[in-house]
Amino acid sequence: MALPQQKLDATEARIAAHQLPQGGWSAAARTDALARLRAMGLPHPRDEYWKYTRPETLTAPEAPAAASFKADEAPIFGDIDRLTIVFRDGVFDAEASDALEMEGVSIERLDGGPDIHWARDIYGTLEANGQSPVERPLAALNTAFATDGLLIHVTGKAAKPISVVYVHEAETSDAMLHHVVKVDAGAELTLLENGPAAARFNKVMEVDVADTGAFHHIRAQGRDHERRAATHIFARLGQESVFKTFTLTVNGVLTRNECVIELTGDDAVAHVAGACLGDNDFHHDDTVFITHDAVNCESRQVFKKVLRNGAKGVFQGKILVKPDAQKTDGYQISQSLLLDDDSQFLAKPELEIYADDVACSHGSTSGAIDDDSLFYLRARGVPRGIAEDLMTIAFIAEAVQEIEDERLQEEIVGRVEGWLTRRRDA
Amino acid sequence: MLQIKNLQVKLEEEDKQILKGVDLEVPAGKVHAIMGPNGSGKSTLSYVLSGRDGYEVTGGEATLEGESLLDMEPEERAAAGLFLAFQYPVEIPGVGNMTFLRTAVNSQRKARGQEEMSSTDFLKLIREKAKDLKIDADMLKRPVNVGFSGGEKKRNEILQMAVLEPKMCILDETDSGLDVDAMRLVADGVNALRSEGRGFLVITHYQRLLDHIKPDVVHIMSNGRIIKTGGPELALEVEKEGYEHLKEEVA
Repeated sequence: MALPQQKLDATEARIAAHQLPQGGWSAAARTDALARLRAMGLPHPRDEYWKYTRPETLTAPEAPAAASFKADEAPIFGDIDRLTIVFRDGVFDAEASDALEMEGVSIERLDGGPDIHWARDIYGTLEANGQSPVERPLAALNTAFATDGLLIHVTGKAAKPISVVYVHEAETSDAMLHHVVKVDAGAELTLLENGPAAARFNKVMEVDVADTGAFHHIRAQGRDHERRAATHIFARLGQESVFKTFTLTVNGVLTRNECVIELTGDDAVAHVAGACLGDNDFHHDDTVFITHDAVNCESRQVFKKVLRNGAKGVFQGKILVKPDAQKTDGYQISQSLLLDDDSQFLAKPELEIYADDVACSHGSTSGAIDDDSLFYLRARGVPRGIAEDLMTIAFIAEAVQEIEDERLQEEIVGRVEGWLTRRRDA
Repeated sequence: MLQIKNLQVKLEEEDKQILKGVDLEVPAGKVHAIMGPNGSGKSTLSYVLSGRDGYEVTGGEATLEGESLLDMEPEERAAAGLFLAFQYPVEIPGVGNMTFLRTAVNSQRKARGQEEMSSTDFLKLIREKAKDLKIDADMLKRPVNVGFSGGEKKRNEILQMAVLEPKMCILDETDSGLDVDAMRLVADGVNALRSEGRGFLVITHYQRLLDHIKPDVVHIMSNGRIIKTGGPELALEVEKEGYEHLKEEVA
């Protein structure tokens, strides 16, 4: 079916703003992605999954300007023993990065890797699989035009976490990165990500976890307020594998985090969690699609949003259980704490179940801070602002507890406390 | 210490007068008890003094050491030295008991211009006080009152009182929901806090609690007023004769 002229024009205008990298092992995947993008067109507000989040600023040829955040607060994960890799406005910063070497892991870059590459089997493949039944055109755009990214092959138990730090400096930077992670059987990696990356950021991460492999992902999307980001995770999970991702988002006028997971091996576990806090024109969108295509798998989606002064939160979460995926254990909860009457939470939970022996539960709530609890805290001398902040941290606790490593939980809570304190003192 | 003069209070949402002119004075070092039938306004008095929303003061005043309480925020009243032990302590999932206590202690110290307590000193203080009330480490680690039994909740109230060291303590039906042993434990905790500089206002239905916390003065409240004041023997009279008898006597 031909695209509407408006969509076609917008798509071609965007494509014209980029150059398709030539040659190399990824060329075929990039050409294929470009063709797929042309066929589906960039997102439009009338598209089913873009009703609550306006895509125009993500799709426009030029990135809207965004000032970078200035604060004395040291970046997150500073006390964690880690291998650090820095991208500045989407450009690899060799000087600020550690050597790309670690036992149990091989790390290379998308830009300038060797000509024949293991990542060829994954790059664009998981993304293409994730385009059905719901199209994700910004991810296809990314596969076609990504300028750089990391290719991480985990062959054993990684000695320490890999920490990707995204620095935003230039006011109109427009970054597009594409990471590929392959976790071998029995191998384990924790990947940390933090920083605002660019004025506009488009990121894809494809993660292939083999049988009994484990991948933990903890990300903090700070701190600039005007920035925009569209991120996508595409994961494929083998038998008895574990995939856990947690995202903290504070600030940002537009963040859309998509996560598409396919449980293809029996007894696999996938947890997707997130907490976000925002003010005013903050807009945060979690769009999750988990497909159960194997027996006895467990999936959890736990999302908490703290919205104030007219901020907006969106949750579109789906669990699809295929006919043979018996004994599926699926759980989904999305909750918002609305701190005033102007803030808004839009939730679209979806369950589509074709197997008959499954346990799937879902829930979604919106609420204010409990008056009785607030009075109790104040009656003990805790000032209203601090009491509200304590209750806010309590509200997001269920999502933060999805992180296995307690030190990383503390890092996340510390960030949230900092954000709340800055606003209280302002 | 605590002085209440002709206090009149109605519900904010409806036209219902609850307190119709309460006069009461609790001097430092003394324990006063308020007894009265259901609906007489006892709990309302405790909420109004501690600053809960939903009530409108239509007349009179209440002061703590000469400072007017009614204009203060709840947290300011706490920092000024007022403490309410709740009839129904609130469960707060996600907020750790220790975090709560430390935040409360340091908020009050800050409000009074004192230095914040170091975490080592705080831990020492808590452990010592918790031991007296048979509160174990696990209870301290759990979220505030979540999963606590009725007795544990009340003990947690007394622990907060012991740690915050208020000047004026109001106990709102602290005996409700307690078995005999738990009541004794709570009463011992309260008695340990009795001192020259501290006043207590103990609100209760029954005389039982007053066997353990011996009051200096007993007030009988009915229909929004104090109708009779006397010594500890008044509590025994209530136990024997009931409230109806007193109401008739006053009328």
